[in-house]
Amino acid sequence: MNWKRATIALLATTPILALFAFGLTRDPREIPSPLPGRDAPAFAMAVMPPAADAPATSDTVRLAEQRGKIVVMNFYASWCLACRDEHPVLQALAPEYRDKGVEFYGVMYKDSPDALRRWIAEMGGQPYPTLVDPGARTAIDYGLYGVPETFFIGRDGRVARKHVGPVTRDVIRATLDSLLAAGGGTPEAGGGA
Amino acid sequence: MTRLVGYSGILVALALSLVGAVAAFVAAARRGRTSPLARSAAYVNGALLLVANLAMVVALVTNDFSVSYVAQVGSRSTPLLFSIISLWGALEGSILFWAGVLTAYAAAVVFTSRRRDDATIGYATGVLHAVSLFFLILLVGPANPFGLVTPVPFDGPGPNPLLQNHVLMAVHPPLLYLGYVGMTVPFAYAMGALLSGKLDADWSRATRRWTVTAWGFLTAAIIAGMWWSYEVLGWGGYWAWDPVENASFMPWLTATAFIHSTMVEERRGMLKGWNVTLVISTFLLTILGTFLTRSGVLSSVHSFAGGSIGYYFLSFIAVVLVASLVILAGKSDALKSEGRLESAASRETAFLVNNLLFTVFTFTVLLGTLYPLVAEAIRGVKVSVGAPFFNQMTLPLCMALLFLLGVGPALPWRRTTPEELRRKLLAPGAALALALVVAFALGERDAYALAGFAFTGFALVGNLQEYLFGARARMRALGERAPTALVRAVAANRRRYGGYLSHVGVLVATAGIIASSADKSEHEATLRRGESMTIGRYTVRYDDTWGRKEPQRFVVGSAVTVLRAGAVIDSMAPRLNFYNMSSQPVTTPAVRTTAREDLYLILMAFEQDGSKVTIKAIVEPFVVWIWIGGLVVLLGVVVAVWPGGGRRPSALGARPGASRPQSAARTPQPETRIPELAR
Repeated sequence: MNWKRATIALLATTPILALFAFGLTRDPREIPSPLPGRDAPAFAMAVMPPAADAPATSDTVRLAEQRGKIVVMNFYASWCLACRDEHPVLQALAPEYRDKGVEFYGVMYKDSPDALRRWIAEMGGQPYPTLVDPGARTAIDYGLYGVPETFFIGRDGRVARKHVGPVTRDVIRATLDSLLAAGGGTPEAGGGA
Repeated sequence: MTRLVGYSGILVALALSLVGAVAAFVAAARRGRTSPLARSAAYVNGALLLVANLAMVVALVTNDFSVSYVAQVGSRSTPLLFSIISLWGALEGSILFWAGVLTAYAAAVVFTSRRRDDATIGYATGVLHAVSLFFLILLVGPANPFGLVTPVPFDGPGPNPLLQNHVLMAVHPPLLYLGYVGMTVPFAYAMGALLSGKLDADWSRATRRWTVTAWGFLTAAIIAGMWWSYEVLGWGGYWAWDPVENASFMPWLTATAFIHSTMVEERRGMLKGWNVTLVISTFLLTILGTFLTRSGVLSSVHSFAGGSIGYYFLSFIAVVLVASLVILAGKSDALKSEGRLESAASRETAFLVNNLLFTVFTFTVLLGTLYPLVAEAIRGVKVSVGAPFFNQMTLPLCMALLFLLGVGPALPWRRTTPEELRRKLLAPGAALALALVVAFALGERDAYALAGFAFTGFALVGNLQEYLFGARARMRALGERAPTALVRAVAANRRRYGGYLSHVGVLVATAGIIASSADKSEHEATLRRGESMTIGRYTVRYDDTWGRKEPQRFVVGSAVTVLRAGAVIDSMAPRLNFYNMSSQPVTTPAVRTTAREDLYLILMAFEQDGSKVTIKAIVEPFVVWIWIGGLVVLLGVVVAVWPGGGRRPSALGARPGASRPQSAARTPQPETRIPELAR
């Protein structure tokens, strides 16, 4: 054995292994979004009628008209399993925060109103309106990767936070409480999942 | 019951591989021999893991949800075929399958080397047991597929939608495991040779068939993966430089380099240390690829949910990396070349350049794959390295390799004369010019594509004419008729002609890759019922949209009529599949394949009432030739490695069938009477 070369080889492996060890501490699924901290893309979406035979309303929600309010947009679909997990959280927290001036909207993603209405009935209702997004235009503007994804928009119209995957009680509370406490603008441009 | 059978089988195998590894190393170190105990343990482990895998298949097919893996990936609504193949559809099952393939390889190695009783084989058996030990530890610990679930659920979620969307999922993963795991065998032999100090060409000769076989599986797996990606992922491509694609590609590159450079060692006694390094790198890259994808270090279509398994893999990589590099560096004094280069215009040089190019290629891909990790570690930023980097970096390498693929076969060992070189490069040179002119005349203007077609034509003729030379030499020397001469020439040196056939396959696939990427056209349109769009020679008319409830999913399809020159030629139905557990609808593109081009339709969006759909249409020339080329490569592998018959490739100048001492490979030989017969 040539021990000198063996030692050099041993030392050469150290940085490689250190790099891999570092990799294990990261989550590659955390997709950085450029949106937090920037102006939320404008949208104008029709409200999904609560029943198929209800008279077609001309209700349209425009982001521009929401200035001064905090908006939570939750993209979801009836075919999405993870959306079932987060629904009770939204159900419970939406009324509570509405009283504090936070608007919650569901946004239908690649789904049909009929299927969604059945799903909402099955899940025991939805205390906020669902917006219809034809051709997934708004989803594309928001860089949606999949459902569910939830966007928090501050009073100044900037995206304060984007959450990928089922949203949790803690995320909603932490984000909305700090937005409410900050009053005007976005307190922190926190991103990530 | 199946749970008990499977789990106890794994436990026994774990104990046996530990005992086998220790016994093998002790016997090799103390007595320079193999250990009968380690040999028997290899056979028993092969049988045990086969039973464990079968037990899992039975559990999956019978929907035995008391087994944790079945509860995780099974579902009563999954069709039978997809129930069976979900064996490799998630982490635990894939490790079980891996261990099954590995122990089968180990048993086969022990069987084929049963007449040898030396330290090299002894150590190699020990290394195989040690690697098996690692996977069995995973199966007992963090990746136990046979856990008990109570209370027993009535139904499970079913496999990942992407993995139950196409039958190629029954083909691609097993081939990949056969290729990946197969690289353990040359690694074991290389370590055996290093540890025993017997570093003549013997180990690489013993391992040659194993390497070529594993390489063939890996090639087939990569092509099948490309095909699957093309047919299922619905983006019109087949290669995205995704971390996992790279993970399978890097060992392929180093194994390809090894298959070529090992010939230099056999013939000239050169490149010994280099060959060992290539084999060790290939094995390390397979483990690295598994680590990157199974531990969730890099994001990819292939990543399975992480957990503690990453740390196990990291420890394993650390052990293998440190042990193999330290042993390699420590024994490097024994790895001196016996021969030396005589002339720049020789086959040795061609192989050296080949190896240089493949090594640079591997480093380029490794750099691009690991760069995001490095960037995050050093600068704390998330970056992704995409196709532009890889294309820009590797295209010049590909061109050089294509050129070499044509020149290599024309160069004889040791040295050549200008006349011979001219004679051998005449036809390929003409093909190069012809391919260039034809491609240009057909409208090709991309510089890389033009050069690519030209070199492909050059190399294609360069390899095909070798069959002609071989047959002609026999016709002249032995008076055989043309077909007989061709068949006998190939039969007499199957490794060589199998190699040329694989080259031809690679070139056919290359032509497909160049044409489909350089001359692809696509068009996206939103159509109402009865409206059409035009792409290339085709008119695509949207007719209607339908929906269908299937047990495990909901399918939406759009009926589309395809017309060419006003006449209806086909009807197609691109689809979207909605699975409950998916966060995105899964597309099923509709593909119409012809020898000339593929028409590829993707359903992007649809209105609920079917009044409007958005369809993306892609026309890609020559795609089918990629898959055909892959089959030709495999055919070449089969010709080269099929057991029995064939002349020893080292038998210079001997008549077909005549045997000669192995040492002759490295001693200078008088030139032969019939050069084409010998080379």
